[in-house]
Amino acid sequence: MAIAIIDYKMGNLRSVANALERVGAEIIITSDKKEIYDAESVVLPGVGAFSQAMENLNRLDIIPAIYEFIDSGRPFLGICLGFQLLFTKSEEGSTSRGLEVFKGEVKRFGDKVKVPHMGWNEIKPKRDLVLFSNISFPCFVYFAHSYYVEPEDRGIVAAITDYGGDFVSAIQKENILGMQFHPEKSGEKGLEILRNFFNLI
Amino acid sequence: MLTKRIIPCLDVMDGRVVKGVHFVNLKDAGDPVETGALYSREEADELLFLDITATVEGRKTTAKVVEKTAEEVFIPFTVGGGINGIEDIILLLRSGADKVSINTAAVKDPFLIRNASQKFGSQCIVVAIDAKKKMRDKWEVYIDGGRTPTGVDVIEWAKKAESMGAGEIVLTSMDADGTKQGYDIDLTRLVSESVNIPVIASGGAGKLEHFYEVFTDGRADAALAASIFHYGEYRIREVKDYLLTKGIKMRV
Repeated sequence: MAIAIIDYKMGNLRSVANALERVGAEIIITSDKKEIYDAESVVLPGVGAFSQAMENLNRLDIIPAIYEFIDSGRPFLGICLGFQLLFTKSEEGSTSRGLEVFKGEVKRFGDKVKVPHMGWNEIKPKRDLVLFSNISFPCFVYFAHSYYVEPEDRGIVAAITDYGGDFVSAIQKENILGMQFHPEKSGEKGLEILRNFFNLI
Repeated sequence: MLTKRIIPCLDVMDGRVVKGVHFVNLKDAGDPVETGALYSREEADELLFLDITATVEGRKTTAKVVEKTAEEVFIPFTVGGGINGIEDIILLLRSGADKVSINTAAVKDPFLIRNASQKFGSQCIVVAIDAKKKMRDKWEVYIDGGRTPTGVDVIEWAKKAESMGAGEIVLTSMDADGTKQGYDIDLTRLVSESVNIPVIASGGAGKLEHFYEVFTDGRADAALAASIFHYGEYRIREVKDYLLTKGIKMRV
């Protein structure tokens, strides 16, 4: 029993695995339905294009396992693209449908700011969540993305970040967590956030 | 608000840091992993490994170093130097690099930027530009480690790199590099205003004021430095504290 990191051929998963191992987790990197479903918690990471990601998830036939896992109530974490995929659809490429776990759209940053949003920015928590236990604020974390999510249900928002205006940088609804930033690349505070996720098991 | 980034650059050859790193609390200053971890503890925002190895064997060694670094260092790191094509990029990203920086190969074949950014995403494709001043507000792109002039204008090339899908530009002033007289502010500002992707200024850092200038007048998003950190003239935290007192947003 371990944390399953879903491998759907969207970028390097090693750094997420390294960081989770550092906080004491046992890791499997897998695209196997059963292994995903049997895991204690699941991480959906990923960088790259939204439509390609959905295509890969479909081709590997792991979408039903993701839904079943989420429904089981065990902790699920989407990081960066893996977070965006939880929403209805994205502006990226041709209009592509996401996993629709949450209603909302994935949009591109406007021309007022440099895109990608690349570097360290501050997350401001909206609620008191386990995710942020032992984190001292201000808390800077590492971002590298051109798109951001706009959830319909503002109640799921866990943290916001200012980049030419506030956008949603983390969400949590019950067992489902999502982060636009890369905790695995956010130094000690990022590791602390991952430790909090690991402790949800 | 997004913070400005301070990025130490390490020259790596055959898996070892060259150009000495002078720190008292390092057991092995030649080990890129240990040096990288130290900079990470000192709150560097990112690391850049510049591979100056020429041989195929050496490049495999670099990939191993990248792998070890990814296990130990939990901040982003970029690997550049001698990347010739998509295979080199795949090897480095698979080994755990977060980004790769391409220089000569991108100038020779700009479609490499497009292919790589479509395959891996713009956020991990950095284009490195070596710029030499020709006249007022005119800089020329040099390749092959600064040995070969190309006749290409730096501003035009930066725009082209962006349109091909580069996610960031590392801009080195060959005139300022090694002088410790400060970054080339005009160059940095002109490039930064010409593109809508982050620009990392490189070459010339010698004093704290230089960082301030390049972030304000130069409009740089990040500043790269090598020797002033390696020789312990300044700690990263000192640079950050100075910039904070000057009102520059920093991650500390």
